[in-house]
Amino acid sequence: MEKILSNKKGDKMVLLGNEAVIRGALESGVGFVSTYPGTPASDIGNVFFKIHKNAGVYFEFSVNEKIAMEAAVGAAFSGLKCLVAMKNFGLNLAIEPLLPVMYTGVKGSLVLMVSDDPSCWSSAQSEENTRPYVYLAHIPTLEPSDPQECKEFTKLAFDLSEKFKIPIMLRLTTRVSHQQQLVTFDELKKSQNRGEFIKDVHSFVTMPPRVLEMKGELLDKVEKVKIVSEESEVNKIIKRKKSEMGIITSGVSYVYTMEALKELKLNIPVFKTGFFYPLPEKKIKTFLKGLKKVLVVEELEPYLEKEIIALAKDANCKLKIQGSDLLTPIGERKPEQVLSAVAKFAGKKFTMDSTKLKIETPKRKPQLCPGCPYRILFEAIKKAVNVDEVIFGGDIGCYMLAGTPPYFLQDYLSCMGSSIGIAHGIKKISNQKLITFIGDSTFFHSGLSELANTVFNSSNPLIIILNNETTAMTGHQPHPGAPANGGFIQIEEVVRALGVKNIKVVDPVNQQETVEAIKEFINKPEVSVIISRKPCLFVKK
Amino acid sequence: MEKTLDQFNIVICGVGGQGLITLNKILVKAALNEGYEAKTSELHGLSQRGGSVETHIRFGEKIYSPLVKKGGANLIIAIEAQEALKASYYASKKTETVFVINDFIASIPTKEPIPSQKISELLKDFSKKVLLIPATEFTQKELGNSVLAGMYLLGMAFSNKLIPLKYSSILKAMEEIVPKQFFDLNKRALELAQKND
Repeated sequence: MEKILSNKKGDKMVLLGNEAVIRGALESGVGFVSTYPGTPASDIGNVFFKIHKNAGVYFEFSVNEKIAMEAAVGAAFSGLKCLVAMKNFGLNLAIEPLLPVMYTGVKGSLVLMVSDDPSCWSSAQSEENTRPYVYLAHIPTLEPSDPQECKEFTKLAFDLSEKFKIPIMLRLTTRVSHQQQLVTFDELKKSQNRGEFIKDVHSFVTMPPRVLEMKGELLDKVEKVKIVSEESEVNKIIKRKKSEMGIITSGVSYVYTMEALKELKLNIPVFKTGFFYPLPEKKIKTFLKGLKKVLVVEELEPYLEKEIIALAKDANCKLKIQGSDLLTPIGERKPEQVLSAVAKFAGKKFTMDSTKLKIETPKRKPQLCPGCPYRILFEAIKKAVNVDEVIFGGDIGCYMLAGTPPYFLQDYLSCMGSSIGIAHGIKKISNQKLITFIGDSTFFHSGLSELANTVFNSSNPLIIILNNETTAMTGHQPHPGAPANGGFIQIEEVVRALGVKNIKVVDPVNQQETVEAIKEFINKPEVSVIISRKPCLFVKK
Repeated sequence: MEKTLDQFNIVICGVGGQGLITLNKILVKAALNEGYEAKTSELHGLSQRGGSVETHIRFGEKIYSPLVKKGGANLIIAIEAQEALKASYYASKKTETVFVINDFIASIPTKEPIPSQKISELLKDFSKKVLLIPATEFTQKELGNSVLAGMYLLGMAFSNKLIPLKYSSILKAMEEIVPKQFFDLNKRALELAQKND
């Protein structure tokens, strides 16, 4: 991976979309990078963790995405070029600091990379589409289609952020993040990782009545970015023959569209928009004029289509607009879906091979690794309690697999940290017994305030913190509860400081001790915490 | 370099830990070495935990999509036999898909394994040819390491002229991708496949 630091213009390397974002940031002279690991965005942290020293970049795995964003805001207030990366759910936390920093703007530059996961390949909770946040925050947003564009769009994002002093978002999806292609390098720009915060109350303090002025300033900036968007070559028309039909697309849907046109031997002009926001409205309106019908090809919910419907009212009110009638909003876009939609749209005959397998395909579910310490913990739980009489709360991590055979120890699962919050609600209104699981990294990410609330509003779930000393599921990134790292925090000390009286640290290999601890704590009138401490097999000693 | 190939589509499937990503990288490098455009798609995350893994490699004169379309694979390499059934989604008579399948079953808890002979029978509806090769058994016996099964299957696909790339490009790509200390072993797996064909 060190080759990603090559300073030779014209050098080429096969890169994932995520890695190309990293290269783009390095070619922009990024000085500060923060993230919390989440697939499909986790490569950003994994690679910077390895290369940041040689690159002269400050890098951290923050404790959660909100903090990653806040740290980047601080560095960007102090003049640095900052990249903050996360998966879609991370933005649910980071939206809080994002909204005000859109108002204040930055002194240096701030690029936010978010990767969505249509089809939930690596996501448990929902098929979240980041696009509505774009409107909420008024954040200019670019959507690359392939790794080369990931690199170029990242550089454009840094340029725009620096020029207009506002954060810019790069929105990727799984098949862009994890698509590989040969990427051509430009020169690196020297990184600057030291800055200075210069007091500027007028710029950095959002308080009424100034806050409304700031909103006006933000909207002015967006208008200026729109002028760039109108002229930018990342919004381009792939002109084939003159036609009464047209296609508008962005992101990964573009590559499937081009593939479909090639296969169907169609010459329909394609408008590829690199900016999702602000859209190059004039350019799109010009494209729509003279068309009889247009197909909007996008992934998940039809936000782009809604924009086109609004623009067409003005530009071409008789235009027939298709897209969501031919493409499902559920699951990731697939090449054959686009092929079929384009064929129907263009009235071209095309039949899909429909051979069916005469047997049900065996489904191979992910499993805990052989020898995983979680396995022994789950065994101890089955020995300690009658599982039919206990509610089991799940959280985000490898231990979600507690819900799969042969364990079946998961009765609810929601978002990061929620196992404790939901447990509290259940325990306040019911006397049922309840055990929740939360991993150590997830506990620091968003379990601390949940635990404080459980103490403060006094309920009595049994919380088991699975202390495997790493962030295992996303590829073994460090966190504060792992002794191998700087700034190590002992979990039992935090739990005690939050007012929990019933605390026990166990090694699940010692089954008897673990079983006894569970039996003792499940009947306590106050909240109890068991810390099941055994490192993941992949933790290097 | 003269480019004549419009497109070639490969799907490799198996179980986490069988070395799919390495095969994927070698094929991409080999295709690029011959002057083609190439794209791949792979998934990370929970698939590492013994779940199904599937990677796509496409190369040719002009490649947009990183994903092979339904029924669009020219070659499917299955390092675990039951996974080949799932990959039949990408196979078709029309495309004349060829399956190269490892005669090896990784069992699924609570499920009766489907015998590999039955699998190759079922896949006839989707393909021009199905090759069932005992790669795990053979590499374990000859090389003492069944992780080389994938490399051996790649070699078999190659010696059966199922991949429109030069042997020298594959070797050169291997040199670039495979760590030095494992190169000789991987090369032997590839060479044994040439002899056994």
